[in-house]
Amino acid sequence: MLDLGIDVLFKGTNFLRLLQGLWVSIEISLISVVISILLGMIVGVLMTMNNPILHVALKVYLEIVRIMPQMVLLFIVYFGTTRVFGLDLSAEASAIIVFCFWGTAEMGDLVRGSIKSISKVQFESAYALGMDKVQTYWYVISPQTFRRLVPLSINLITRMIKTTSLVMMIGIVEVLKVSQQIIEANRKISPNAAFGVFAVVFLLYFMVCWPISRLSNYLEKRWV
Amino acid sequence: MSELLKVTHLHKEFGKNVVLKDINLTVKKGEVVVIIGPSGCGKSTFLRCLNGLEELQDGVITVDGLPVEANKREITKLRQKIGMVFQSYELFPHMSVLDNIILAPLKVQRRNKEEAVREATELLDKVGLLDKKDYFPRQLSGGQKQRVAIVRALLMHPDILLFDEVTAALDPEMVHEVLETMLALARSGSTMLIVTHEMAFAKAVADRIVFIDKGEIVEETTDVADFFKEPSTPRAKKFLSTFTYE
Repeated sequence: MLDLGIDVLFKGTNFLRLLQGLWVSIEISLISVVISILLGMIVGVLMTMNNPILHVALKVYLEIVRIMPQMVLLFIVYFGTTRVFGLDLSAEASAIIVFCFWGTAEMGDLVRGSIKSISKVQFESAYALGMDKVQTYWYVISPQTFRRLVPLSINLITRMIKTTSLVMMIGIVEVLKVSQQIIEANRKISPNAAFGVFAVVFLLYFMVCWPISRLSNYLEKRWV
Repeated sequence: MSELLKVTHLHKEFGKNVVLKDINLTVKKGEVVVIIGPSGCGKSTFLRCLNGLEELQDGVITVDGLPVEANKREITKLRQKIGMVFQSYELFPHMSVLDNIILAPLKVQRRNKEEAVREATELLDKVGLLDKKDYFPRQLSGGQKQRVAIVRALLMHPDILLFDEVTAALDPEMVHEVLETMLALARSGSTMLIVTHEMAFAKAVADRIVFIDKGEIVEETTDVADFFKEPSTPRAKKFLSTFTYE
């Protein structure tokens, strides 16, 4: 039979360790996603305002996030800040900061796009009925923005989950790092493990992301 | 009859482009004023000014003696006195017909829900849409949406109603049902300011015709029938002649 090298996962606590690694990935993504969504909503609303200074500042922010590879950001925050600012950030904290920095910008841009896509007459109809700005946003604009936002932000969430695989570069032992450790440790007895273990990692990522993207499909159909 | 709306020396420009020049107009309670004029003459902008959706460069607008000023806190109170229906029938797409109608009465005027629902139901019945009250806007035709929009404006009990080319975006067969609704309103004594391109309707509904061209009131008359037969200014004559095919 073809040796896929999956057997190493059943040795000792290997599979449990893999799941623990997965949990680390999920934990970092979950915290980052929640913070990014909340901050992103605020940034998104700020982006739609007609303040020129704010506009330029947020534009620069968004461009920095788009241009910089996430890995560079991780290195700057984790390795770079320690000596320069005397900050002793843990790897997890650094990862969450970077992911929030990234997620907030992207989420803000999605929120901005969703608000902008709502026609001006929607605002004016609400104003014409005597609603003030807060009431207009609360009852009329946000519910519509939210519906357009869900599929877009779910796409961002799955991207963030996948990108957490980078955090092993700053020493966090997440699912990918654990799988490397398992493969390295069993190189002699089970040389095919690279295939089997990474295939399982692939399945794990799939199991996390697939339900989320199904949910997005479901909501999209329900709300159109 | 008392003066409900008073516009004096209204001046409005977008950048260097002057849209309205020295407009003066008084509307009495119960009066139906129809504003006509070529496209781009400023009539829609005029209605938007009346509702505080545009800032003025000069002039004063008062409703019931209170000044209409965009960007002032009081504007939300004042807008409750002024109902407005737009050309693009914009109901709130995420709410049912009934919720669209009672949203502002409940949230802005803090009215009792039961009472608001009862009145909304009566009004929907009047315009023949009671069976659609739980529908969503996307399930309605343009004419039905526009009638709901009218009911939505009415439920705020406005002192004056503004209609901005409400039939312009409708299929021809739906224009009639909306105009019927407006005619019934006019007959019931509502104060209305209507911008329209439907000349036959203007003739039937108007107490007074205001003809605007290039941002100015060119002709204003209460002799509605005469105006359509023989307007006194050449510009109005030329405009009206574009509606006949000979």
